[in-house]
Amino acid sequence: MTVNVYVPRDTASISMGADEVATAIANLSEDIKVVRNGTWGMTYLEPLVEVETENGRVAYGPVRVEDIQSLVEADFLKGGEHLLCHGITQDIDYLKNQERLTFERCGLIDPLSIDDYQKNGGLVGLKRALKLSAKEIIDDVTTSGLRGRGGAAFPTGIKWNTVFEAKANQKYICCNADEGDSGTFSDRILMESDPFCLIEGMVIAGLAVGATKGYIYLRSEYPLCKVVLNDAIKIAEAQNYLGNDILGSGSDFFLEVRIGAGSYVCGEETAMLESLEGKRGMVRAKPPLPAHVGLFGKPTVINNVLTLASIPIIMAKGGDYYKDFGIGRSRGTIAFQLTGNIKCGGLVEKAFGITLGEMIEEYGQGTFSGQNVKAVQVGGPLGAYIPLEEFDLPLDYEAFSEAGAVLGHGGIVVFDDTADMKEQAKFAFDFCVIESCGKCTPCRIGSTRGSELIDKGDFELMRELCDLMDSSSLCAMGGMTPIPVKSAIKHWQDDFKD
Amino acid sequence: MVNIDKAIDVIDRYKNMPGGLLECLHGLQAVFGYVPKESINDIAEGFNISRAEVHGVISYYHDFKTSPRGRKVVRICQAEACQAMGSRALTKRVEDLLGIKIGETGDDGAYSLEAVYCFGNCSLSPNVEIDGKLHPRVKSDNFKKLVKGGGA
Repeated sequence: MTVNVYVPRDTASISMGADEVATAIANLSEDIKVVRNGTWGMTYLEPLVEVETENGRVAYGPVRVEDIQSLVEADFLKGGEHLLCHGITQDIDYLKNQERLTFERCGLIDPLSIDDYQKNGGLVGLKRALKLSAKEIIDDVTTSGLRGRGGAAFPTGIKWNTVFEAKANQKYICCNADEGDSGTFSDRILMESDPFCLIEGMVIAGLAVGATKGYIYLRSEYPLCKVVLNDAIKIAEAQNYLGNDILGSGSDFFLEVRIGAGSYVCGEETAMLESLEGKRGMVRAKPPLPAHVGLFGKPTVINNVLTLASIPIIMAKGGDYYKDFGIGRSRGTIAFQLTGNIKCGGLVEKAFGITLGEMIEEYGQGTFSGQNVKAVQVGGPLGAYIPLEEFDLPLDYEAFSEAGAVLGHGGIVVFDDTADMKEQAKFAFDFCVIESCGKCTPCRIGSTRGSELIDKGDFELMRELCDLMDSSSLCAMGGMTPIPVKSAIKHWQDDFKD
Repeated sequence: MVNIDKAIDVIDRYKNMPGGLLECLHGLQAVFGYVPKESINDIAEGFNISRAEVHGVISYYHDFKTSPRGRKVVRICQAEACQAMGSRALTKRVEDLLGIKIGETGDDGAYSLEAVYCFGNCSLSPNVEIDGKLHPRVKSDNFKKLVKGGGA
């Protein structure tokens, strides 16, 4: 009898040797069928090998090639006990305690199997959307309370409605897959593990606003995503979920992947548009909004990968279902990524409202080094450094905003007590020097002056500079660089004394 | 000598693609390893823009190089999640070992050392990429083996 063995094929597991493990397992016996699934996002267990048994999928990890002999001896093909065995995958606490909506299929399925996709809830949303009017789709998205997951948290329904109402002979859907924040990889996991979900979300967005062409702007640091997405697009076209006359509806939608070139600021939506047009990634002044004058001057929806990938489930189960997760004005779920100096790093999808401390202690299990946590940077390079005393902060947009911090794209980078916060503050400025597009003075010049002032120890003048960058930069690059700087100075004054 | 016909082939492939300049430059790098200055005139003509605009785009993006890179390209993540796991010390060790600084290619053309701001493998930091292969949890003492192609 053939046994199905799942070996993930995402960037993280491959970096830990998943390809070699997959080959070695396939070579064990002709009765083994190795399925390359996506990843569940439990990165600390990668490569996480799963064996399908009558009780469910039994997980082993992290598995290295040299472990396979002992796994065979432990009869792992029947789910046998072993030091690396974690029992049934879905019962592992790390996964079991999550609320998986957007990532419900990640890890479960072969990312490029449209059958797997459909058997597990895929395309239900699109089929429903095809029966609705554009206005009804947008209303449902508005009801869901979904806000942009890229970092700015703008209500998706309102954005879509603006593009819907704009009159033009061509409109576009642009997916921002320029996930440049350090400490984030949730977009990557989604694209590598469930690409049809993103495609479905983009097709629905096209139906809603009347756009027939979409682009995925993918960062060049994600070469595997490019391969998976392009394969998925070909399959979706062949199955008529993409292309001309989608499922006989009369609606068209075409999708193309474009590759960035190592510029962080191209994750800013207007810089991304410039880059997609083949230009330098210089930020545009707003207004006009991209919803009115976007790509090639046409009305354009720009959404993050996870925003678009949340659409299929909202369409399938209704806006009210999604809205029931979360707290306050932060509805639904958000993908957190536990990274840096963390013992159990990975992806955790939870409803808004869990505290930072719960996330780091219960999921992350503390630092990788075993030393005490000193600081946690949430929300990427433009996010605040948060000290232990504020670990009861609930992870939702408003609570973070009140605390002078940002949730951003959900990246959580943990530093142990060896971190030098002056060095981190200086890096915030230095990163802005490297990545500033150069269009506005506060960002272009301010970042260099800020870095110098940290060296000089002139913190009074630096505070003034921070206020100026905050109030007069054209985009978040210059405007938010002061956030990590100010938080570091506020909480770790001792690090700034020479 | 740069085979300009090869460059023109690439340019012809992308010149009619809306906003296709970045794709074209990636295509040229895939063929030559960098964007040869000999191709700038043809790019400008193909895309109907000025040479200054072409130069502007090439020089804007970190990915585009204007001279050949080393036979081995080592890229080290310099962003926060890797910093939290010792990438600063690792970078110094690698610089000493290869005898070049971040952003440089050695005189003998053996190595290029480049900075990257995030590979998206931040739960397994610090990350180093060697000739396109990503290595997680790199320590100073196993880097030497990795760069010689001895595996992890």
